[in-house]
Amino acid sequence: MTQTKTTKYLLAAAAPLAVMATGAAAATLDEVREAGKLKCGIHEGLAGFAAPNAEGQWEGLDVDICRAVAAAVFGDSEAVEYIPVTGSTRFTALASGEIDMLARTTTWTFSRDTDLKNEFVGINFYDGQGFMVPTALGVTSALELDGTTVCVNTGTTTELNLADYFSANGMSYEPVPIETGAEAQQQFLSGSCDVFTGDSSGLAANRATFPNPDDYVVLPEIVSKEPLGPAVRHGDSEWEDIVRWSLNALITAEELGVTSANAEALASEPQANAEINRLLGTEGDLGAMIGVEADWAKTIIMSVGNYSEVFERHVGVNTPIGLERGVNALWTQGGLLYSPPFR
Amino acid sequence: MTVPNKPAFVRTEILPAKAPPVRATGITLWVRKNLLSSWLNVILTSLVLYALIRITYGLWPWLANGVWEADSLAHCREILAASGLGPTDGACFAVINDRWHQLLFGFYPSELYWRPILAMILFLGGLAPILFFSLPRSLLTFSCLAPFACFWLLWGGSAWVPLAAIGGLVIAGLAIRVLSKWLSSTLAVCGGIAIGLIFYLIGFSSFVSFAEGIFPLSIQQVASREFGGFMLAATIGLSAIVLSLPLGILLALARQSDLPLIKWCAIVFIEVVRGVPLIVWLFTAQLLLNYFLPPGTSFDLTLRVIIMVTLFAAAYIAEVIRGGLAALPKGQYEGADSLGLSYWQATRMIILPQALKISIPAIVNEFIGLFKDTTLVVFIGLLDPIGVARAIQATPEWNGIYWELFTFIGLLFFVVCYAMARYSLHLENKLRRGHN
Amino acid sequence: MSAETQSSAPKFRIGQLIYDTRYRAKTIQVIAGFIILSSIWWLGANIAGNLSALGKDFNLAFLSNPAGYDINQKLIEYDSKMSHGRAALVGIMNTLLVSVLGCIAATFIGVFVGVLRLSDNWVINRLAAVYVEAFRSVPLLLWIVFIFAILSEALPQPRDFRGEDATASMQLFDSVAITARGAYVPRVAFTNSISGNEVVAVKDGIVEVASGGADWALIFAALLMGSTTAYWLKRRADRMQSQTGQRPLTLPLQIMVVVVPTALILWFLGATMVQPYLKGFNFAEGTFIRKSLLALWLALSLYTGAFIAEIVRGGIMSVDNGQREAALALGLRPDKVMRLIILPQAMRVIIPPLISNYLSLAKNSSLALAVGYMDVRATLGGITINQTGRELEAMLLLGLFYLVLSLLIASVINFYDRSKQIQER
Repeated sequence: MTQTKTTKYLLAAAAPLAVMATGAAAATLDEVREAGKLKCGIHEGLAGFAAPNAEGQWEGLDVDICRAVAAAVFGDSEAVEYIPVTGSTRFTALASGEIDMLARTTTWTFSRDTDLKNEFVGINFYDGQGFMVPTALGVTSALELDGTTVCVNTGTTTELNLADYFSANGMSYEPVPIETGAEAQQQFLSGSCDVFTGDSSGLAANRATFPNPDDYVVLPEIVSKEPLGPAVRHGDSEWEDIVRWSLNALITAEELGVTSANAEALASEPQANAEINRLLGTEGDLGAMIGVEADWAKTIIMSVGNYSEVFERHVGVNTPIGLERGVNALWTQGGLLYSPPFR
Repeated sequence: MTVPNKPAFVRTEILPAKAPPVRATGITLWVRKNLLSSWLNVILTSLVLYALIRITYGLWPWLANGVWEADSLAHCREILAASGLGPTDGACFAVINDRWHQLLFGFYPSELYWRPILAMILFLGGLAPILFFSLPRSLLTFSCLAPFACFWLLWGGSAWVPLAAIGGLVIAGLAIRVLSKWLSSTLAVCGGIAIGLIFYLIGFSSFVSFAEGIFPLSIQQVASREFGGFMLAATIGLSAIVLSLPLGILLALARQSDLPLIKWCAIVFIEVVRGVPLIVWLFTAQLLLNYFLPPGTSFDLTLRVIIMVTLFAAAYIAEVIRGGLAALPKGQYEGADSLGLSYWQATRMIILPQALKISIPAIVNEFIGLFKDTTLVVFIGLLDPIGVARAIQATPEWNGIYWELFTFIGLLFFVVCYAMARYSLHLENKLRRGHN
Repeated sequence: MSAETQSSAPKFRIGQLIYDTRYRAKTIQVIAGFIILSSIWWLGANIAGNLSALGKDFNLAFLSNPAGYDINQKLIEYDSKMSHGRAALVGIMNTLLVSVLGCIAATFIGVFVGVLRLSDNWVINRLAAVYVEAFRSVPLLLWIVFIFAILSEALPQPRDFRGEDATASMQLFDSVAITARGAYVPRVAFTNSISGNEVVAVKDGIVEVASGGADWALIFAALLMGSTTAYWLKRRADRMQSQTGQRPLTLPLQIMVVVVPTALILWFLGATMVQPYLKGFNFAEGTFIRKSLLALWLALSLYTGAFIAEIVRGGIMSVDNGQREAALALGLRPDKVMRLIILPQAMRVIIPPLISNYLSLAKNSSLALAVGYMDVRATLGGITINQTGRELEAMLLLGLFYLVLSLLIASVINFYDRSKQIQER
């Protein structure tokens, strides 16, 4: 007891440096409120998902999830402290309380959810592992890749899926594990590997930046499911609810046609569709149920936009990354995005 | 009749000296002597020259065609294509033009860049009296105060925090002086340290909030999360070296101690720290430090890294200072003993001043190594120059850029480290002359 | 007399614990011991508390679980179905491999450049200085990344070797292929291997070859026996020379005892070179030295070589010029002056820092993750931690491995220091 006290004083002494945070069991929401900022773990640099612009502000699909949660908690989407975490340190950072939530293109898997004591709140991007090859290789299917050299980012599920896929199809390969995306790209372009494997969204993004994009082709096979989603610590359901429903608010807003442009107008008078009213806080009291303001979802949509806006802003067809919605379209449009109802 | 004794021609004045033959002078001589003195040297020289020309020939177009003004890599390539060049025929230095501030300062607020710059100037100013022995010794007080000022400038917040930290040290020092009137020097030192610690643990935060209440003295606070680029490398390297000095001195003394328990503890600490690579220690700071602290505590990663690098540097500094202690002639120890000085008096007045002085070049070398090693923090997610470069590579505008950023970073490191190495060499020569 | 004896054995007072030099040392140590023990206890309690808060335990059982990931370079047999412990072992072997290779290359580079630094050819001298300063002033991590990228940009791809208009060709009589993926070199295999044969497809057909540990052990034994005999021959010649003044001719005999048995065994085993050749997307057969290993090896040895060069230069310059002049005055030839007078004295200055540079090279090999070389940090300290979440156990094992490695190397320095110290005073 005294020791904890001692440490507290020591840390107080280094007040400008130190940030106090309590561990897994305590109420994260209270801590976040007390700190005045949401500590959000993001990728150290992945095009479209998290990267700093020239002003030093982080931008990307994952970053907008952080901003949405901050908007729900504080009513201010800028109240976020972005903490870049690496593939190998992300779960420890979450478990130790260094970050309040993790939005770092993290694949939701059984063991990560259970054994590693994380709680995934939903899926903000459906991805799958694909392969990119130079057209000169003359390969049209991933099943023709026997004996190839494959560049793969290390410390990810990609590495494990690769091993599974090749051994399942009785093919041999030579893995070239690379630490970062930029290096992997450089290696692939210089011909150090025949094949570049990774999440297919990332492959498309990379291909777009190549000096000669037409010399490369992404193979049609998707060999794994990579549901990427934000995660929080195990054991704090209240906090988990806030993050989950902040994400769901983005998706539901798109489904209901609520955008950052029309949210204000829609909230000013009751709408015929009661779910819009509940979402925007003009009917019922959904906000109070998760301990935030009544207009929390409206704030999210006003400051971040709905899912479609977020997607188009960072990875959509009009960005250098140029992804189609594909499986990331709403369930009503043939995609997989599906939010439980706001009721 | 001619005059027989008179020669036909007598030179009456001395001829001006003739220039030596062209083969034995100036550039020709130099070339002959330094480049072509033997057949082997002729061959070696021409091989080297050939290789240099080949390398220059290969690299020159890339550098010369470099684009300095563009918004993105795609734009760069358009500009290159407009002048009839392929996308990889010229460098795209525009990325450095666009993002140099991030490579240097990370995400430090741009309107506050003067603060790290001023901190750096203050630090260098504080360093001057230590490195240049000709400056007046009274400036050493400034050297002791500079780190506190730097701390305040970099992180901001209340000026009372560093002031209170200085106050604690002053209190401890006064306590030692007062106590040593009644107690033995070892006890006085222990007592002084204890009183200092008590102040830090109990009085510190209340003093800061009290003083802040009476006379607020705050500047905008900057979280260490926003530090990045070379500034982060310098902050980690410099704080670690400054903080590790006292620790290293204590460790070195402990390793030379006559008390077996103290000696062995120091040896175990030094060898364990030196035996494991820095990157493993950094991963420990990232992954494990939270296990070692009381449940529920957690603090800033940058701070954890500084603590870890400090401990790491302390072990190396301890060995450097041990070398300095060992280099002192035995007579110095014996002389101190014969004067009847106590251990602490002898150490403080005779041994350490000399040992530290001859250790300075080695300490500078340790610092160069440490500064270079700060690049490893990229592996735990801190944005050092390499980390910033990778983040820039991930932005939509600059995705796909590679060599330009790393060349820039390498050049900057080279300039800084090379300058320091030259200085340390110069100092070493000066000290060597001073001793003979 | 008796009064004196009584006063010299006074009653023990508590103050003596502090003021009496006989007791003070013990008092301080007891206090220090108490502080150290309590902080260890504090750490232990914290670890236990934190582990239970996270619902984890301290358990090394994960080492026997299947690893599930592939390692490209393995010196011992390994596949993704083997255990994490086995993966760690593969990583350890890889760390040791690159460290040993790096130390050897760094020594060669260091000695070579160190001598060049003393050359009277200005260009060579400057070039050596530029090399030394460039490598010492830029972080190793940047060099590793640079060299890795340069290798992949500068070297040809396997597909460049293919076809009629191949832009690249194999070196050394078509036996070595250097590509952007690494170097393919011929490997030695045995048609009569005593470890049992396997069918291997080579360039022109199929042969039955194998190379097992037993074959190499046999060859190694023959070499060892030969060199022992050769050493014994040298000793015998030394003895005869000191007794009679005549040195018998031993060199041909020495060569014979080494070469003949080894050659016989090679013939008996049917040693052949299996050469690499283009097959499918890549080269097949031969030994594949991956680019990650090449780049790391090159970067580590160039970086450490720069430091060693300075040590060698300093060592040679530390030998007093009078030594050289005296040796020349005695009529020794310049090569003998170097070999018998200068080097032995320089060595005493060179060896200790040289070995400590080996130590830093071994530790620096942990930067392997920058090029994806699967060393022990990448396997045990990387993917294994990532998958099992056992960071405490794995980091502890990793630290222990490096510590043991360092202590082994450090003990070599101490041994050398003790044996070569000049006795002064």
